[in-house]
Amino acid sequence: MEQVFLAVENIDKSFAGVHALNDVSLKIKKGEIHCLAGENGSGKSTLIKVIAGVEKPDSGQIIIDNKKYHHLHPIDAIHEGIQVIYQDFSLFPNLTVAENLALNSQLEMRKKLVSWKQVKETAEKALQLINVDLDLNRLVENLPVADKQLVAISRALMQDAKLVIMDEPTTALTQKEVERLFKIIKSMQEKGISTLFVSHKLREVLDISERLTILRNGQKVIEGNVEEFDETKITYYMTGRNVSSNKFISEKKSGDEKPILSVTNLSSDGFFDDINFDLYKGEVLGITGLLGSGRTELALALFGYSPADKGEIHINGQKIHIKSIQDAMRNGIAYVPEDRLNEGLFMKQSISRNIYVGILDSIKKALGLINVSEADSIAASLIKDLNINADDPLRPVQTLSGGNQQRVVLARWLSTKAKLIILNGPTVGVDIGSKTDILEKLKELAKEGLGIMIISDDIPELVQTCSRILVMHKGKIIRTLEGDEIEEKAISNILNNLD
Amino acid sequence: MAADRSILQLLLIAIVVFIIMALLNPGKFLTLLNIESMAYQFPELGIISLGMMIAMLSGGIDLSIVSIANMASILMGLILTKMMPQNAANNQIVLFVAFALLISLLTGLISGLINGFLIAHVGIPAILATLGTSQILTGIAIVITKGYAVPGFPEIFLKIGNSKLFIFPIPFLVFLACAIVLFFLLQKSSFGIRLYLIGTNIKASVFSGIKVKSILMKSYALTGVLASIAGIVMTARTNSAKADYGSSYVLQAVLVAVLGGVNPAGGFGSVIGLSIAVLSLQFLSSGFNMLRFSNFATEFTWGMFLLLIMGINYFQNKRIKSSK
Amino acid sequence: MKKLLQQHEFVVTIVFFLVVILIGAINPAFFSIGNIFSLLKSMIIRGILALGVLIVIISGNVDISFTAISAFAMYTTSKIMLALFPEGGLLLAFAIGGLIGLLLGSINASFVAGMKLPALIVSLGTSSAIRGFMLAFIGVKIINNLPASLIAYSRSYIAKFTDASGKIVTLPSAIIMLIAVTIIVWFILRYTMLGRGVYALGGDPVSTERAGFNIKAIQYFIYCFMGFLSGIAGVLHSVFMRNANPFDIVGTELIVIASVVLGGASITGGKGTVYGTLLGVAFTVLIENSLIIIGVPSYWQKVVIGLIIVVSTAASALREKFAKLEIS
Repeated sequence: MEQVFLAVENIDKSFAGVHALNDVSLKIKKGEIHCLAGENGSGKSTLIKVIAGVEKPDSGQIIIDNKKYHHLHPIDAIHEGIQVIYQDFSLFPNLTVAENLALNSQLEMRKKLVSWKQVKETAEKALQLINVDLDLNRLVENLPVADKQLVAISRALMQDAKLVIMDEPTTALTQKEVERLFKIIKSMQEKGISTLFVSHKLREVLDISERLTILRNGQKVIEGNVEEFDETKITYYMTGRNVSSNKFISEKKSGDEKPILSVTNLSSDGFFDDINFDLYKGEVLGITGLLGSGRTELALALFGYSPADKGEIHINGQKIHIKSIQDAMRNGIAYVPEDRLNEGLFMKQSISRNIYVGILDSIKKALGLINVSEADSIAASLIKDLNINADDPLRPVQTLSGGNQQRVVLARWLSTKAKLIILNGPTVGVDIGSKTDILEKLKELAKEGLGIMIISDDIPELVQTCSRILVMHKGKIIRTLEGDEIEEKAISNILNNLD
Repeated sequence: MAADRSILQLLLIAIVVFIIMALLNPGKFLTLLNIESMAYQFPELGIISLGMMIAMLSGGIDLSIVSIANMASILMGLILTKMMPQNAANNQIVLFVAFALLISLLTGLISGLINGFLIAHVGIPAILATLGTSQILTGIAIVITKGYAVPGFPEIFLKIGNSKLFIFPIPFLVFLACAIVLFFLLQKSSFGIRLYLIGTNIKASVFSGIKVKSILMKSYALTGVLASIAGIVMTARTNSAKADYGSSYVLQAVLVAVLGGVNPAGGFGSVIGLSIAVLSLQFLSSGFNMLRFSNFATEFTWGMFLLLIMGINYFQNKRIKSSK
Repeated sequence: MKKLLQQHEFVVTIVFFLVVILIGAINPAFFSIGNIFSLLKSMIIRGILALGVLIVIISGNVDISFTAISAFAMYTTSKIMLALFPEGGLLLAFAIGGLIGLLLGSINASFVAGMKLPALIVSLGTSSAIRGFMLAFIGVKIINNLPASLIAYSRSYIAKFTDASGKIVTLPSAIIMLIAVTIIVWFILRYTMLGRGVYALGGDPVSTERAGFNIKAIQYFIYCFMGFLSGIAGVLHSVFMRNANPFDIVGTELIVIASVVLGGASITGGKGTVYGTLLGVAFTVLIENSLIIIGVPSYWQKVVIGLIIVVSTAASALREKFAKLEIS
C-alpha cells in the first residue's frame, strides 16, 4: 500500500514576474487522503493546475505511476487517472446532466462519435457510484449548487480516477452535505483512490486527511502526518505567525436607545418569513444557517436588491421603505457581497475608482462634473485608514491580494457614511492573516457606532466576531445566541441537527 | 501606464502614416488644400465612431447608428424640401432649418432611447436589438422615400457641410465640439465614470448602487444624438438624404473604435485614442487617393491595419508577460 | 405543454405556420407550386451560409466575414476556371471555391484560435481586407461568360411541374446541396465529439479546456468550415445568377445572422439547433418574398424583418428572465 502514485518534484512556475511556485515537491501515496493547505495566493491553485496539466511548469518534473512527464497535457493527466474537481465544478451549463456526466469519459476514450444510448448508460452508472438520483435530462444551469457538485464528483469517479483533487469542495455546501461528501471520499479510499483535498478550513483538514502539505508564498513549508498537527500549528505554518483570536464583547447600551436597525415581520414569498430582530449600536450581529436558509435573501431584501413583500424596516427609529438599492443606500444601508470577483469589484479598474464609485453623487459639481483629483484624495485617505497595501491607487484592483480587495469594498462603503454595513461572507477567499485584520476592523467600527451585520457559515469567524448570532432555517429565525451561548460546538450542534 | 502607452503607440502610427503619405505624394499631400479637404471628409466617420465608442464602452455595440443618421437626414429633407414653401423668405428659411435640425436631433434621441429600452429594460443583447432597430429605421426610411434620394436642400443649410469659420471647416468644428464634450463627459463626469464601470462589470455596478438601466438608456440616447449630428453633416455635405447612404460606416466605425483602443468587451477606451485612429485612417485613404489607388485598396489596407494592430498588441502582451 | 412553450423552436414553428396560413388566406396563389419552389430556391444559399454561422454562434462568437469570403471565392473561382480550366467540370469549380473559402477561413481561425481574439473584431478586419484585396487587385468587372458546366448546372432541376397557367416551374438541383449541408452539420453537431465540443466551448470555454478538448483544433474547424461553406455558397451564387459579380453577397451578413438568431441560437453561445436555423432562414425568406403576394409594397420588407428580430429576441429575453425567477 505504501506505493507512491504521484510525485511532483522541484516545480517552479512564474506568472508576469510573480514566483507562484518555488521548488515545490509533493508526494501522494495510493489510497491516501492528502490535504494541501495554504492561504489564498500561496500557490495551491497553481500547483493543482500543474498536476492537471493545465499550467506548464517552468521547470521540475511530474512522475505519475513511475512515468516521468516534463510537460503534461490535460488529456495525459486524465489518462493517468487524475481528476480535478474545481471550485466552480467545470460543468457545462448549457448541456444536460447526462451529457455532463458522460462527456469526459467519452473524450477520454478518444471517441470521435457520440452514442446517445451510451451517454445515458454512462450517466446512470456515474450517479450510482455515489448513490444519488438526478433528472438526467435537466440542463445543468437549472440545478442547485449542491447538485452541481454531485454531478462533478460522479463525473470524476466515472473515469477510473486514481487521484481525485478537490479544490475547496466544501465552500458551497451545508454541514450535512459536507458529511455526505466525506463519506464519499472515505468510500473512494476503500477502492484505492487517492484524494488530494485542498482547503483553507482548518477543521476539515484535521477531520478528513491523513497527510498534510502546507504551502506558503509558493514554497512548501512542511509536510507530515496529520496527527502531528493541531489548529494553531497549522495556522502558524500557513501564515508564518501566531494569530490570536479573542471573542468580541459588545458594549451594547441598554434600554432607551433606539436600535440602528429594527426589522419587524419581514417576509418575502418563498425565501423568508416573519423575520424580527433589532441591531443596536456597538453590536456585531451574525446570521448563519445552511445554504438556502434565506440568510442571503434577507440581506438582499434589506439592501433593496430583491425587496421584501411584507413587514417593516426602521433605521434609527424611523420607518423606511426599501424598494431599490438606491432607497437602501439613501438610508445608509450598505452591502458587501460574497462573490467579490463578480459582484463586489471592478477588477480591471483602478483601486481609487473602485472606492469613490460610492460617492460620485455627493462630490458631483455643476453639470455632473467630478473633480477627479479630489475623488482620488478621498480614496487615498481611506486606503490609509484601512491599511490597504497599495503603492499606487491608480493600478487595477486585480493586482491586490484577496484581503486587500475586500478592504477596498469596505472602504467604498465607509466613504458613503453608511449607518449599517451588511457583509456576506466577509472573509471568503481571504487569507488568515488579513482575515483577522478585517474582523478586528469590523469590531472597531462597531465600537465607533456603525451597525455591522455578518452573514457567514464560518463558525470560528462568527464566534470570534459577533456579540449576537441569529440562526436561520427554512426562512425563519430559529435560534438567537448571546453571550456565553456563543460557542463553536453549540452552533455546529444546532446546524447539524436541523431537519 | 498601459493606456498612455497605447495612445503613444497610436500617435506614432499616425505620424508614420502621415510622413509616408507626404513622401509618396510630394507637393500634394502636404498642402493646405489637402489638409483642408481631409478636414471636411473625416468628421462624418469620426462622429459616428464617437457614437460607436459610447456603445462599446458599456460593453455593447450599436449597429443602428447609420440608420439613425439616415432617418434623421430624411426627416430633415422632408421638412426642408417638401414642407418649406419654395419661395420662402430668408428669415423663414432660417426658421425652417432650425426646426429641421431640432427634429433631426430629436429623431436621434428617440431612436437611441428605443435602443436603450430594448437593451436595458427588455434585456435583448445589444448586437441584436440594434440590428433590429437598424432594419426598422432603414425600412421606414425606404417606405417614406420609396428608396429615392431626397435632394435640393436650401443654401443656408448646406453651409454646415461646405463652409468655413475663419480657417476651420465647419464639419471639423462640429467633430471637435462633439469630441471635447464627450471627453469631459467620459473622463470628468459621474455619468462617464459610471459608464466605464458598467462596461467593466455590470453586476458589480448594480451592487455598488449604480442605476445601470438609466445609465444605459442615457448612453444609447447619446449615441443616437451623435448619429443624428453625423446625419446633419452628411446631408449638408452631399446635399441629399438617402435611406441607405453610408451603410459601410457601421463596420468602419467599429474598426476605428477598436483601432483607437476601445475594448470590445467594454470598460476601456478614450476620445483621444479614437480621434487619432480616425485621423490615421483619413491620412491613409487621402494619400491612397492621390496615388490613384482605388477605394478598394484603401478598404484592403484598413482591414490589414486592424489585423496588424491586433497582432502587434498580441505579441507585445506576450512579451511583457514572459519578460517580467 | 409549458415545457414545449419554453422551447424557442416550438414557438417559432407555430408563428411560422400561422404566418404561412395568413398569407395563404390573403392570397391563395401563395400555395402554388411555383411560389413554393421559388421560396425553396431562395433558401439555398442563405441556408448554407446560416448553417455555418450557426456553428460559429454556438461556439460563442460572431463572424461577419463570411460574405466577403463567399464573394471572393465566387469571383476568384470564376477567374481561375476561365483562365485555366474553361472546360472544367462543376465539381472542380466547387472544389476550387471550397478550397479558397477554407484558406480564407483559416486566416480567421489563426487570429481567433492562435491569438484568442474575439471573432467579431477579427472578422471585421478580414472582411475589409479580403473584399478590398479582391476589388483592388483581382477585378471589379462582372464576369458574364461563366464556364459551360456552371451554366448547365443552373438549368438542372430535380422536379418540374407545369402550373395552372401552363408555366413550367422547376426546383433546382442545388437544393440537394442544402440538404447535404444540413445533414452534415446536423450530424457533426449531434453525433460527433467535435460538435459536442462546439457546444461545450460556447457553454464554458474554461471547462472545455479542462475536460481535455483541443480548443484550438475546434476553432480551426469552425472557421475553416465556415469558410468552406462560404466558398460553396459563393460558387452556387454565380450559378444562380449566371454571372460572377464581385459586388454581390456582401451586405447580406446581418440578415443571415438574424435568421440564425431568429431560429433560437443564443448570441452568447452554447445554444442553437439545425432545425431552428432552417426555420429562421425560411422565415426571413418568406417575409422577403411574400409581402408582394399579400399586397404589401416590397419596400416594407426591412421594417417587417426588423420587427421580427426585435419581437422574437425580446420574447426570448423576457422568457429567460421569467425562467430565472422561477428557479431562484
